[in-house]
Amino acid sequence: MKFLVCISNVPDTTTKIAFSDNKGLNPAGVQFIINPYDEIALTRALEIKEAAGGTVTVLHVGGAGAEPNIRKALAIGADDAIRVNAEPTDAYFVACQIADIAKKNGYDVILTGRESIDYNGAQVAGMIAELMNIPCISVATKLDIAGTEAVLEREIDGGKEVVSVALPFVASAQKGMSEPRIPNMRGIMTARTKPLQVVEPVAADCITASTAYELPPAKQACKMISPDNVSELVDLLHNEAKVI
Amino acid sequence: MSVLVFAENWEGRFKKSTYEAVSYAAEIARQLNTSCTAVVIGAVSEEDKKGLGKYGATKVLSVANDKLKNLEAGVYTHILGDAAKSVGATHVVISFTYTGKAIAPRLSVRLKAGLVSGAIALPTSLSPFTVRKKCYSGKGLTDVVISSEIKMVAITPNSYKVNTGGADAAVEVFSPAIPDGEFKVVSKEVKKTSGKIALTEAELVVSAGRGMKGPENWGMIEQLAEALGAATACSKPVADMGWRPHHEHVGQTGITIGPNLYIAIGISGAIQHLAGVSSSKVIVVINSDKEAPFFKAADYGIVGDAFSVVPQLVEAVKKLKAAHN
Ligand SMILES: Cc1cc2nc3c(=O)[nH]c(=O)nc-3n(C[C@H](O)[C@H](O)[C@H](O)COP(=O)(O)OP(=O)(O)OC[C@H]3O[C@@H](n4cnc5c(N)ncnc54)[C@H](O)[C@@H]3O)c2cc1C
Ligand SMILES: Nc1ncnc2c1ncn2[C@@H]1O[C@H](COP(=O)(O)O)[C@@H](O)[C@H]1O
Repeated sequence: MKFLVCISNVPDTTTKIAFSDNKGLNPAGVQFIINPYDEIALTRALEIKEAAGGTVTVLHVGGAGAEPNIRKALAIGADDAIRVNAEPTDAYFVACQIADIAKKNGYDVILTGRESIDYNGAQVAGMIAELMNIPCISVATKLDIAGTEAVLEREIDGGKEVVSVALPFVASAQKGMSEPRIPNMRGIMTARTKPLQVVEPVAADCITASTAYELPPAKQACKMISPDNVSELVDLLHNEAKVI
Repeated sequence: MSVLVFAENWEGRFKKSTYEAVSYAAEIARQLNTSCTAVVIGAVSEEDKKGLGKYGATKVLSVANDKLKNLEAGVYTHILGDAAKSVGATHVVISFTYTGKAIAPRLSVRLKAGLVSGAIALPTSLSPFTVRKKCYSGKGLTDVVISSEIKMVAITPNSYKVNTGGADAAVEVFSPAIPDGEFKVVSKEVKKTSGKIALTEAELVVSAGRGMKGPENWGMIEQLAEALGAATACSKPVADMGWRPHHEHVGQTGITIGPNLYIAIGISGAIQHLAGVSSSKVIVVINSDKEAPFFKAADYGIVGDAFSVVPQLVEAVKKLKAAHN
């Protein structure tokens, strides 16, 4: 079984976001991590590989700055890594790079995260699948593979759905699929010698661009209500905020 | 030029998010001086289909087929792609629901249309086509410009008000040929979340955290939710400890919601929790610690013991409801 796990490099979840001139993230002091959902996908791929055999390749589209996190994915247990040396300017561009590599190398399962926590697009997985004309199971909370068939559970509006699909396919991972692992010392040592191949991008268009950023408007100061006068809160919610 | 909107249904019924998407698409059509066509896939009553006119659709393309009961993103993409071509769509609108998340990126590739997913308002400009969305899990906002000929927007539920007042829409049967080979995903089981209000669609949400001490104390939380007609939610540790089901967990790693009212009880307000709820229009925080970070993100706050405040709140809400019935 050949897995491809797509990882994106994002600010740590506790980052206080600041923008430089409203043109983009101010990276000063920002710690970058593997997108949490991608780690969930990676761990599930490793679990299945350990049980059934196969290989797990991680793929990142982006600059050399992400290499520490690519090495971390290798330390967690991926066999090898590919970095497409290009700015990940929009989801379509990224998906074109991933689909191109996937077509060349032929993977059985391509996994991404449910969404990246920087751009929150939830786009790349479906785009890869459409570019390759294969199915995509999005927001999957479970993944099991037996032979050439996979059974997944996914979130749908109003509940969950269990589906089956033949290989190859794309899935985007949601919490529940696995519990991320912390790399151990041996993993960290061996990661240094695992192959990390850097390839140049194929030509692809960017069809969207984030042109300006700003912080959400600051909240007005919180109105405090005495715990001895709880009904005042209900009055305010009814008459002032008009939400009940 | 024309605007196409996917009018999603759940078991034959439209949801509020569908009416929002249709209203949003119709408003873009109005600004562009063109028409808005809605696509309905699956069995929905004629009445309801015509009724999309009320929200501004002038035409409804209705696709019904026994095999279309469950979401098959590839097939839905095929249908919507054909519909877009048949009406010469230049703008496509879809809800940013789980269904929308499955379809929108595929459709965007098929139409080679730039996609803004999770839009929170009408385009700030039609040329260049610019739409605002949240980024960094709600910690930032960004304006995205689409440069492709066709533009796609996936609109966040509960972020656009429904318009009403339009006349009935004309319903047309639309039946693109879909080869059997395109059905690749087999639905084995649908597990519905039990009868209560679905969290992602709820306008009012009552949420509680570790401050509740244990699952046995959730009775008052449920009573408050019931008195308000709200859905219930919880913080991550509460779901992890098994006090509440996982589908109630909101935040960075859980569900993202944007209800009109979010009441947080015994939740500290960690940044990862806020990431999932910061789009709520009004936030109420009840916490015994006046230094709890959640107060910084709140509109109304009570520093107090949940075990005494919440029962009083339940009574006050019941009184209000009784007075208005
Ligand atoms: C990568 C990552 C992702 C995460 N994702 C999420 C996520 O999606 N969602 C999420 O919620 N968390 C998430 N977390 C965890 C988050 O950091 C916090 O640990 C968590 O939100 C705390 O939950 P809590 O507020 O219920 O508990 P606590 O932090 O323990 O807070 C309990 C609160 O209850 C108050 N309290 C105690 N007794 C009472 C009383 N009698 N009456 C009133 N108030 C009382 C206390 O003052 C305190 O503020 C994530 C963490 C990481 C590292
Ligand atoms: N630059 C990138 N390189 C590799 N994978 C990516 C990249 N950006 C996004 N992805 C993958 O696509 C998923 C969804 O991203 P998005 O569509 O941006 O929300 C992420 O969880 C990653 O698995």
